[in-house]
Amino acid sequence: MSSGVGVDLQDMWIKFGDFVAVREANVNIKGGEFFSFLGPSGCGKTTILRAVSGFLEPSDGKVLIGGNDMAGKGPNERPTALIFQNLALFPLMKVWENITFSMEVRGASADERRKRADELLDMIALSGQGDKLPSELSGGQKQRVAIARALCAQPDVLLLDEPLSALDLKLRQHMRTELREIQKRVGITFIYITHDQGEALTMSDSVAVMKAGIIDQISDGKSIYDDPATAFVASFVGENNVFRGKISKIIDGQAIIDTNRTGLLRGRVSSMAQGKLSVGDDAMMFIRPEALDISEEKSASDTRIIANVRHSEFEGQSYNVFMEGSAGKEMKMALTNRGETRLYDADVELTLGYDANQAVIVPAGELASE
Amino acid sequence: MKTESPLIRFGLAIYLVLFFTYLLGPLVLMGITAFNSASFPQVTPWEVFSFEWFTTLFNDKRILSGIGNSLIVGFFTVILSVAMGLAGALMLTQIWPKLRATFYTVIIAPILIPGVVLGISTLVFWDRVNIMLGLSDDSFLRNGIFLTVLGQATFISSYCMLVFVARLQRYDLGLTEAALDLGATHVQAFRKIQLPFLMPAVGSAAVLAFLASFENYNTTTFTFQDYPTLTIELAQKVRYGIDPSVSALAFIIVVITVFFALLNEVKTRRAQLAIANGAPVGAVSGSFKMPGFFSGNPAAVVLTLFVAVVVGTIAYSQFYDPEPAKAVLLKEKRAAQQLRIKALQERVRLQRLEKKLKGPDIFGSGNSKVPQPPSKSASPFGNVFAPTNLEKAAGTNKDEKKPAPKKPGTSAFGNVFAPTNLEKAAPKE
Repeated sequence: MSSGVGVDLQDMWIKFGDFVAVREANVNIKGGEFFSFLGPSGCGKTTILRAVSGFLEPSDGKVLIGGNDMAGKGPNERPTALIFQNLALFPLMKVWENITFSMEVRGASADERRKRADELLDMIALSGQGDKLPSELSGGQKQRVAIARALCAQPDVLLLDEPLSALDLKLRQHMRTELREIQKRVGITFIYITHDQGEALTMSDSVAVMKAGIIDQISDGKSIYDDPATAFVASFVGENNVFRGKISKIIDGQAIIDTNRTGLLRGRVSSMAQGKLSVGDDAMMFIRPEALDISEEKSASDTRIIANVRHSEFEGQSYNVFMEGSAGKEMKMALTNRGETRLYDADVELTLGYDANQAVIVPAGELASE
Repeated sequence: MKTESPLIRFGLAIYLVLFFTYLLGPLVLMGITAFNSASFPQVTPWEVFSFEWFTTLFNDKRILSGIGNSLIVGFFTVILSVAMGLAGALMLTQIWPKLRATFYTVIIAPILIPGVVLGISTLVFWDRVNIMLGLSDDSFLRNGIFLTVLGQATFISSYCMLVFVARLQRYDLGLTEAALDLGATHVQAFRKIQLPFLMPAVGSAAVLAFLASFENYNTTTFTFQDYPTLTIELAQKVRYGIDPSVSALAFIIVVITVFFALLNEVKTRRAQLAIANGAPVGAVSGSFKMPGFFSGNPAAVVLTLFVAVVVGTIAYSQFYDPEPAKAVLLKEKRAAQQLRIKALQERVRLQRLEKKLKGPDIFGSGNSKVPQPPSKSASPFGNVFAPTNLEKAAGTNKDEKKPAPKKPGTSAFGNVFAPTNLEKAAPKE
């Protein structure tokens, strides 16, 4: 199998009438990479996938696969295979016929196809199930058949459109690992579409976060989570406590922000926003619930917040404490479960502390509506 | 809510009996008349059980050629209608949403247009085309089969399209996309993925098209030219008087219909059973003669009985000879007639006696009263439909076939068709 075929989107626009589904997308996906598009539903990520697979022509700009311009090439002429959200297994064909459909249309003999199907069925651990109909398989098995069918076409790029969204949680987690392993084994480029940040972060080499047709940030999972470029990325990926305010001082990549309700707080300016913020600008600071902890010192400082407990709950791996700071500012703190009970009664006053490097400051912007 | 009081149940039962009588009664009666040797389709009075009308039917060249023409027309209509219906339905899914409603209206319009109009317009249109092309009068554009097929297909293809649209609404276009994505051409994607999905609809559309073609009269009546179909032949036959061979034909059609309905039911139940048992459908559908054929499938039992009865009846008809029974009946009839003649002679004799005794004055008033009232009360339509009327019109009077007189009021139809009515109505002297 060929590996290392990259995909490039150059200034790509996709419009439906007056509606702009994708705005000026510039993406460079390296060959053999597991690349995810992450965003809320309706943000245009599936549209990008359809443009790559050839079901849509970009209104402007180019799609390059392996450096070749794909303009005017239909989905059946592109070296891509798409795994559909609903899998789109052919209901009237047996599993092995489904898997080898790409060979059938090229005129391969039944023996040849059967042999290849058996190889692929072995790979996806479904040996001996080739004569079943898709309707007789379980959700996870269908999933693997869909993957085998796509791989049978020997694509350079495999496109996956939220393929795990229909599975239950356990199976989804299992399939994540399995997908990642398959990708490493076959070594081809995977482009993965999801609205589930967990999937995107665990599997991908690179993640592009999208909002309403615009790609906000392309980076590896850790940077997306720890160093978000925009308020949208910070609020969409993972949970965050938001503090709005104005920049009052900038010191060496850190800044003091004069928050509306909680006073002066110190944070790290996001690397994408370095140099773009100046004193007096509207900004937002994000602190993850797990970055907050109970401070030993009670005195106020620019990395300490005083708040009253509203209620607390036990979530398994952590205790979630919901609090109200000054002027009703709501906050959430996640305390790791280390064996001791850390539930707090309502109205207990706590002093919360955080490491200024774990509080990220970005220019003020739209938050994810979740 | 359990409001099923006995009264409601009883009412429901009555309703169901009435409903099914209304639906199936005429068919049952017609079926029975096919086996009565009487020359007019009738259940009562019952003469002799006989298969002669089936023989008559199979010797009727016109009916047979009508069936042949109907089959030919049906075959081509099915092909044309299914193809056009499928194309229309596919078009409907592909066309711009804004045009869809308009397209739908245009394509559905033939169903709303009276068949007569379609027939005339087909005839006129192709006649014009024929003239325009400068072809001769006996060109294929004036061929009855060609015109009938085109005329029928104009509206039958709309029916087919509705069937396909219903099926296509459940089709996931993602399947076609998946096929394209895996390297199939558009033709391959259609032939290997979409068409197999549509196959059940192709089947039902073909059956629907064939039935609609087979029973069509209004359109065909304008276009058949030298190729009268079965419906045309039947209509022409009825015009010259009806005989039970038409009942025999109806009976055969009913038997065939029931057979296929049962067969379909058997298949459906088998599929349901297979799903209920969790067995793969493919494993069951292949083996028709498996031992468990009857298990849990009452339709299969009924079907087998039905086939057995039909086969038995056909076998029985091969050596059954109604002639002796007919001869007996004929004898009885003649005897009854003799009796009637005697009675009549007796009455005339008595009347003459009375006349001699009382004079002409009383005879007049007494005589006018006797013949009229019974016939009037028995038949609200006068005796328009009575068979002997026709016989008279046709100029033949088969007196010896007339059955023995029967008591009025026992038949459900008020004796409208009873031949004795006529005797009463007919002037006796």
